[in-house]
Amino acid sequence: MSGPEFPMPKALSDPERAREVHRSPLQRHRTERLFRYLCVSVAASSVVLLLAFLIAIFSQGIETLTVTFLKNPPSPDTSEAGFHPAIMGSVWLLILVAAMTLPLGVATAVSLEEFKPRSRALRRILSFVQINITNLAGVPSVVYGIVGLTAFVSMFQFFGHEGSPAFESGVKYFDQFYNEADRVLLIPASGPDAPLTIATEGMEAWTPAGESVRVHVIDADGEWPEDEDLAARTLRDYDSPGRINERTWYYFRIPFGRGVLAGALTLVLVILPMMIIAAQEALRAVPNSLRDAALGLGATRWQVVRYVTLPAALPGIMTGAILAMSRAIGEAAPLLMIAGIVFISNPPGNIMDDFTAMPLQIYNWAQRPQLDFHQLAASGIIVLLVVLLVFNGIAVLIRQKYSRPLS
Amino acid sequence: MTPTDAPAPEGEGGSFDHGKTPAILIQDFNGWYGDFHALKNISLSLPEHHVTAFIGPSGCGKSTLLRWINRMNDTIASARAEGTLRMHQLDVLAPTTDVVELRRRVGIVFQKPNPFPKSIYDNVAFGVRMHMHVSKEELDGIVEWSLRRAALWDEVKDRLKASALSLSGGQQQRLCIARTIAVGPEVVLMDEPCSALDPRSTAAIEDLITELAENYTIVIVTHNMQQAARISDYTAFLYTGDVIEFGDTEKLFHSPDKKQTEDYITGRFG
Repeated sequence: MSGPEFPMPKALSDPERAREVHRSPLQRHRTERLFRYLCVSVAASSVVLLLAFLIAIFSQGIETLTVTFLKNPPSPDTSEAGFHPAIMGSVWLLILVAAMTLPLGVATAVSLEEFKPRSRALRRILSFVQINITNLAGVPSVVYGIVGLTAFVSMFQFFGHEGSPAFESGVKYFDQFYNEADRVLLIPASGPDAPLTIATEGMEAWTPAGESVRVHVIDADGEWPEDEDLAARTLRDYDSPGRINERTWYYFRIPFGRGVLAGALTLVLVILPMMIIAAQEALRAVPNSLRDAALGLGATRWQVVRYVTLPAALPGIMTGAILAMSRAIGEAAPLLMIAGIVFISNPPGNIMDDFTAMPLQIYNWAQRPQLDFHQLAASGIIVLLVVLLVFNGIAVLIRQKYSRPLS
Repeated sequence: MTPTDAPAPEGEGGSFDHGKTPAILIQDFNGWYGDFHALKNISLSLPEHHVTAFIGPSGCGKSTLLRWINRMNDTIASARAEGTLRMHQLDVLAPTTDVVELRRRVGIVFQKPNPFPKSIYDNVAFGVRMHMHVSKEELDGIVEWSLRRAALWDEVKDRLKASALSLSGGQQQRLCIARTIAVGPEVVLMDEPCSALDPRSTAAIEDLITELAENYTIVIVTHNMQQAARISDYTAFLYTGDVIEFGDTEKLFHSPDKKQTEDYITGRFG
């Protein structure tokens, strides 16, 4: 408004001055078009780079991507080598990681977002926790590998060393004798450190078929028995056994050693901060009006969370969970510390078993000098990329299908 | 009687005696947000089975006072209250009071309709399921009764499983009212329930409020003075945390005791 006290500034009222600021309409359009092309080309260049990478990998690896590749264990013979134990190892890791991360992550997010305490001291503690979680999300995953090594694999060496665990269950130890007739005799041993069994006349042994026999011992000069049954259970007095173990599927040991469980726990450390933050964002997106409505009807805070907030936040939480899992599948550095580059030809048989994972096997092949192995590595990369693509695709689908407005 | 200019001594603004059974008794009530003294020595007695309106300019504390009646202000960390606030025999402010049961007996309808992103049926059934064990037939009956009392049944009876968010604004607000009465409250608080709605929905809800007053005590906060004049039996005029005047609606609007009230009603300020 203008009036005697506040005259309009001359620059605003003078049309000639206004025109000075703008150049011709043609120039303005040209500048705008230039800027638009610049933005589009920068965005396109990242897509071009990605396409170049994909084409390179595909052309290198598509030949060796056969069904045998997916079903076989690795082998020094590149025509036989396969990816199967790595795929199964990744599957085991994924299941264990999901089972541990989801409850922990969602529960932490709910307690940080929905149960804000009124006392100042508790609020300070919770904001300290929040800062820590945000920081941990940025820590390089290699560091978690070292933490996992100390905390899970060897457990600070409080419980004995890796080779001789302080506690074991679900395992049986045997001493295995090979006699001159190429028969195997098994004697149970009391533990991994028990002294080796000495061949004694009449001691009880088992055949691999499970049959119980009495051992017959002869000395170095003794004549080997003719009778087949006797020969099957005869040992020389100087024969010495090898110690073997038989682990059930529920084998458990403390410390965990370099097994799938230790690997999964380390990966949980890596992705838990990410999961908590994603769940928190999903909870924050639920409008407060819904919480007020539930509270006004006489709901307790827990009932509000269980019946209103969590169901409303579920699509966002699921999307966050899937993205966290897809990160976990691709992590190589922490697993390198835990499992290392070992020759694994079978999927894990129990949660303490040695394992390998897709990124590890890829690295294993890629660092060999022979080019044939590099081709196998490229095939492995294709498999890994397909898995990641499927995961991210599911996350996008869930986001699209279920993100309806909440008010 | 010409309105006086004399400022009311503290608390006297609410000393009107309506002679009816009080559903809500407020005495020497003070409320703070941190250090801000939002409500000063309020004393009011809100009668049972009638509609009482709180009017006043923005920031005068009427919504704050309303929300203290069912302790919705507990969700605000800095909110604090002292004094007496009783709902029938229940001491609302006592720390030992079961807030969950209080909120079942004192329902609330908010300014912007906030149905849950669930079906119409599940919205009405939500409170019922939380507070009691009912069979499916009983629940169906309660849902139908609540929707009928909220004048919404005929419009939704064929699509009870449809999402509540597919309803219009006026329908959503009636759904919120149905949801509130489904748990069997004695008092229903309404915080500017029509301010987000069009005139036709507003008229429908005003009719509803007058009907509901036969069985419930209604306390309504409103910016709309014509609305207060239309539907309330008693009106309290608040200004910066004090009750300036409280009385019979017709008398307050036609011949108010205080000049401030008259100025507000005629639009000279606020």
